[in-house]
Amino acid sequence: MALLSFERKYRIRGGTLIGGDLFDFWFGPFYVGFFGVTTIFFATLGTALIIWGAAIGPTWNVWQINIAPPDLSYGLAFAPLREGGLWQLITICAIGAFGSWALREVEICRKLGIGYHVPFAFSVAIFAYVTLVVFRPLLLGAWGHGFPYGIFSHLDWVSNVGYQYLHFHYNPAHMLAVTFFFTTTLALALHGSLILSSTNPQKGQTVRSPEHEDTFFRDVIGYSIGTLGIHRLGLFLALSAGFWSAVCILISGPFWTKGWPEWWTWWLDLPIWP
Amino acid sequence: MRLGIILIGVTVTVLLTIASFLTAGWVAPPIDVSQSGYRGTGMAQFMNPDELHSLVRANEIPEAPYPLDAVDMAGPRASEVYENVQVLGDISVDQFDRLMIAMTEWVSPEEGCNYCHAVESLASDDIYTKVVSRRMIEMVRHINTGWSDHVAETGVTCYTCHRGNPVPEEIWFTEGEPNGARGMAGNKAGQNSPAESVGLTSLPYDPLTALLRDKENIRVASTEALPADNRRSIKQTELTYGLMVHMSEALGVNCTHCHNSRSFYDWAQSPPQRATAWHGIQMSRKLNVDYLEPLQGEFPPHRLGELGDVAKVNCATCHQGANKPLNGQSMVQDFPSLIGPTITTGQLKNTYYQHRAALGGTPTLKSPETPGE
Repeated sequence: MALLSFERKYRIRGGTLIGGDLFDFWFGPFYVGFFGVTTIFFATLGTALIIWGAAIGPTWNVWQINIAPPDLSYGLAFAPLREGGLWQLITICAIGAFGSWALREVEICRKLGIGYHVPFAFSVAIFAYVTLVVFRPLLLGAWGHGFPYGIFSHLDWVSNVGYQYLHFHYNPAHMLAVTFFFTTTLALALHGSLILSSTNPQKGQTVRSPEHEDTFFRDVIGYSIGTLGIHRLGLFLALSAGFWSAVCILISGPFWTKGWPEWWTWWLDLPIWP
Repeated sequence: MRLGIILIGVTVTVLLTIASFLTAGWVAPPIDVSQSGYRGTGMAQFMNPDELHSLVRANEIPEAPYPLDAVDMAGPRASEVYENVQVLGDISVDQFDRLMIAMTEWVSPEEGCNYCHAVESLASDDIYTKVVSRRMIEMVRHINTGWSDHVAETGVTCYTCHRGNPVPEEIWFTEGEPNGARGMAGNKAGQNSPAESVGLTSLPYDPLTALLRDKENIRVASTEALPADNRRSIKQTELTYGLMVHMSEALGVNCTHCHNSRSFYDWAQSPPQRATAWHGIQMSRKLNVDYLEPLQGEFPPHRLGELGDVAKVNCATCHQGANKPLNGQSMVQDFPSLIGPTITTGQLKNTYYQHRAALGGTPTLKSPETPGE
């Protein structure tokens, strides 16, 4: 209880977006709020629908359970539950749950008077998901373009959708996204190891200050981005990874139907080649 | 100062992003999509309506000169009336003439009859194109009778490849190594020389010689988990990938037309088109080795490739961007003589040898490969 008593003084009333005081309470360590209730509603309903889908499906093998979207022939209409309608409902639940979670984060930010950086960052992840299951299917005219909900089945979908463009590694936005993903891990590894190095000094030394951290990188590469800057950079890299992931799949199909290698024709056409 | 750097960065990023959308090839919704696998597997073909329209326009077929009726089929045989008719001698003169008119339109609409026939004597074999076209008629009949697994009842005619050109546009030659580093750094295994033949990828630029003329193994995937005895290399795999990209580009389809990529090798998980394509690969090899390469001695040098080889066929030669050549329209039904009698390869070779012997030339036939590979 020590932690909870410590936290209690930060439990500030108000700042809610919807519901006023009605849901403005805590359950154990968790702030509830209106959006906590809707999160629980959508998450529970969605999970139950997935379990039901598994129950009427051919297997209980968790790797192989598959909730597939409707046939393309249904277009943007509702499909029968067993023929993709379930996928549509689960998608609504997922977006409801993710959106509620983000808005609950907003309410907590308002209570604490801090910026909206965390819900904004989470929104980029939601944006990537919604791009996959809503924006791209809308642009292509059928819910069936969403990815199926299943551990193996969604990987099979990724593979086939990649091969729809012959060689997806030539997708320029995919290249950017992959580069940002890797650079994010590089930045976090450098930052994490640097902080641990100054808080775990050599035997007999005291814990080092940010000046030491900055000096380390100035000595190594001539520049330190600084204590706050590394977090700006990390957030930028991570959000860019998610953002360009969304872009790379959104342009595949609605705006580009050929093999991605062909996009690079402009490079081959540059007047610099012998 | 810091703000300036940020502004420059943002500006450059935005401009580069805009520039990347100004490159060629972008389309916009609506997109025509056809699903080819179970829902949610991502197996579908995408085509912009504009591309579809231009594909339809590019594949309009010419009308037959006039309908073929029973009267045309009767009457004296071509071989009884004309001299030196070695392949189509068994059809009526009327039918023969009608086919010649059609062939002129299909192959040499501007050059006319004299593209193949000597002015002084239609029977003469003096012009090489006549010898070649005779062999090509044999080839067309062979395809229509022996390869229904690939061409079905639709069949092929001269027009399927020629499209009004004396030399079909989509042919290929074995290419020499492109310019590049020499010595140790020079062995690129054909890679990183972006070629149209492999869809401008960095895959080996010539997968066709090894896989559509020679019979190197296309299958590289293991058929079991944790394989221990699969000695096929990344290099071979890239060659296969190159051929597959060629097939996709030639047919205007993506990989999922024939494969469920979760298991490329598995026939049970593949769409039926893969079986058709498999027969097409065997057919291309057969045509290249048995029909085209033996003609090497006939062609003048300017019709040969840089390494002196003959023009050969690949998937694009007939398909030309359509998953069914001419969008599946059949022309051969109007020209039953191009379906012809069922001729075995052995007999065809004999015909070829005979007419070569009659000309007094030395055939440059390669030894026949075992059929049914």
